[in-house]
Amino acid sequence: MKKIIGVCLLLILGQSGINEARAALQVMACEPEWGALAREIGGEDVVVYTATTGLQDPHLIEARPSLIAQVRRADMLVCTGADLEAGWLPLLLRQAGNPRVQPGTPGYFEAASVVAKLEIPTRLDRSEGDVHAAGNPHIQTDPRNIARVAEALSKRLGEVDSTHAAAYQARHAAFSAKWNTAMQRWEKLAAPLKGVAIVVQHRGFPYLSNWLGLREIATLEPKPGIEPSSAHLSTVLAQLQRQPAKMVIHAAYQGGRASAWLAGRANIPVVELPFTVGGTAEAQDLFSLFDDTLQRLLKAVK
Amino acid sequence: MKHHLVLMGLPLRVLRPQHWYIRVRHMIAAASMAAITSAAAAQDPTAALSANAFNPAISLILSGTYTHLSQDPATYALPGFAVGDAASPGQRGFGISPTELHLGANIDPDLYGAMALIINPDNTVALEEVYFQTTSLGHGVTVKGGRFFSGIGAINQKHPHAWDFIDEPLVYRAFLNFQYGDDGLQVRWIAPTETFIELGGEILKGSGFVAGGNEKNGVGAYSLFAHIGGDVGVSQSWRVGGALLNAAPRGRESGDIAADLPDRFSGDSRLWTADFIWKWAPNGNPRLRNAVIQGEYFRREDDGSMSGAVSGISGDYRARQSGAYLQGVYQFIPRWRAGLRYDVLATHELNDASGALADLDYSPSRASAILEFAKSPFSRFRLQYNADQSRSSNVDHQVYAQYQLSLGAHGGHQF
Repeated sequence: MKKIIGVCLLLILGQSGINEARAALQVMACEPEWGALAREIGGEDVVVYTATTGLQDPHLIEARPSLIAQVRRADMLVCTGADLEAGWLPLLLRQAGNPRVQPGTPGYFEAASVVAKLEIPTRLDRSEGDVHAAGNPHIQTDPRNIARVAEALSKRLGEVDSTHAAAYQARHAAFSAKWNTAMQRWEKLAAPLKGVAIVVQHRGFPYLSNWLGLREIATLEPKPGIEPSSAHLSTVLAQLQRQPAKMVIHAAYQGGRASAWLAGRANIPVVELPFTVGGTAEAQDLFSLFDDTLQRLLKAVK
Repeated sequence: MKHHLVLMGLPLRVLRPQHWYIRVRHMIAAASMAAITSAAAAQDPTAALSANAFNPAISLILSGTYTHLSQDPATYALPGFAVGDAASPGQRGFGISPTELHLGANIDPDLYGAMALIINPDNTVALEEVYFQTTSLGHGVTVKGGRFFSGIGAINQKHPHAWDFIDEPLVYRAFLNFQYGDDGLQVRWIAPTETFIELGGEILKGSGFVAGGNEKNGVGAYSLFAHIGGDVGVSQSWRVGGALLNAAPRGRESGDIAADLPDRFSGDSRLWTADFIWKWAPNGNPRLRNAVIQGEYFRREDDGSMSGAVSGISGDYRARQSGAYLQGVYQFIPRWRAGLRYDVLATHELNDASGALADLDYSPSRASAILEFAKSPFSRFRLQYNADQSRSSNVDHQVYAQYQLSLGAHGGHQF
């Protein structure tokens, strides 16, 4: 009898938990960094579902049935934009039948729309590889961009869910203070990285380089989105003989084979960066994402 | 849909109808670029956008196939099956495949519109799809209208260039004359659940093959379909589906259509389909390695009358036929994929008083292997071998070599 009552209680409690969750704003974040940011600012007023993990290539996501179901349920989408999700998000939006999150509505938030983009192509042609008209979308590797997005996101959350607008503002103010302190600490810590020459596997880090003053002297992908070929790697190796670099960096979601090949021959370290929250075991939230990124870079220049 | 073969630019001869497509994998919108501005270019939100920013997304699929068939394609048949004009292993030698032109854009805040135009190698043009789709009805409901590929089956609603093999599964060849597209209306509903649940239905003119020749007021064919799907952990995803396509053909043409001697079927035709897709990628990241296993089962029930072109006799017709295929494709290193497929068809019951078809107690089958190399996300090269026992147990060794190129904007493909 006790068991039955226990089961009933569990069911009732479980049910109320579900009801509470339904009352909170359902946010679907396209990438882990925006999921983490939505949790910072949304707190208990939002339920966040993150569509991708730090070990997935955000360009290359399947328009899976589970993602259609999540877009169907969402009150708000928080995505990078700048065509990063062009291969999958439009498909999800067209199939989900959810007008609350269609582009142009307040429920559709693009982080890249509030930051100045780098690497805007002067020539749009596929002979340049997988080029992107709007500029490089990997904006999350510069914490100053996170700060800009946080401000815009808190306003947008307040617009979509006006009953909790004050709470979003308050959480943003607290986050912003903590973030500014952390940025000062990171910038002091990163002083030895200024002017350091690096090689990147994919053009995923221009914002990080711009923030820290790193110099990207070569890219392992011959053209964006095109796998490194052995011929191109040999060219880069020859270039490094004339113009040495301190390290090769790649994102955790990319295979590090090309980086390891080059690094072994050029006798420089490979640095695997988390790239986003969850990319490494250490990068558990936005703060530890930058802690871990800097720690890994600094270890390579020591 | 009749094609001329063009060999090295020279028109050679008129072909039997065929339908050749190729597959282009996800055109991934990759993020970075080669030609870049050197300095940080701050965006001016007030900058005027040029008028052509409103142009629809345009993409073009170019492809060509070299075909080697050990048996004469003119003798191709699926014994005991009333097949349409596209049931063919293709033509020997070099040939370009139909060129696909896709256009799509939002029309207004409530509607999306798209068109897929096929330019055949013989310079004829076909509207493969042209439809509108709602974007703002809400409650998970989407309405589509115009000409479109039906939601039945696992791959019917995908464009053929997105299929994993160069040619169509035998169940599509035998029961749908390649692929079922028709004019009409489709309604789909997605349940507000974490598990993907989709229910849909279509009312159609009934002009596609499995219906065929049904010109009347009202509804010529209808379909009902359901899909359920989800993830298992982070590395696996799946979808299963089932559908019914119910048609009332009037004079549906089959048999020797090329020689203008078609048999004609009138009556009721019901097609039941069941399908599954299972995808795997380590950590859900398909970039390095991934696998897809997919299978479909079709069963068609025809009841009515057949008029045989050769026999000149019309008589009662009743057929119960089914088929299935199972395929797996594995990307073992970046850019390289290999796959295997096995197809089989069976006749359970066939009574044709017209004498056009006879139950020969033979089950057509086919085994296929494919190797695919992607030079970039926008160009693919494929080599496929079929041990084809469609017409008899004498194996037709079929080899296809194909390129497929995608120009312009290209979004992703459906699951």
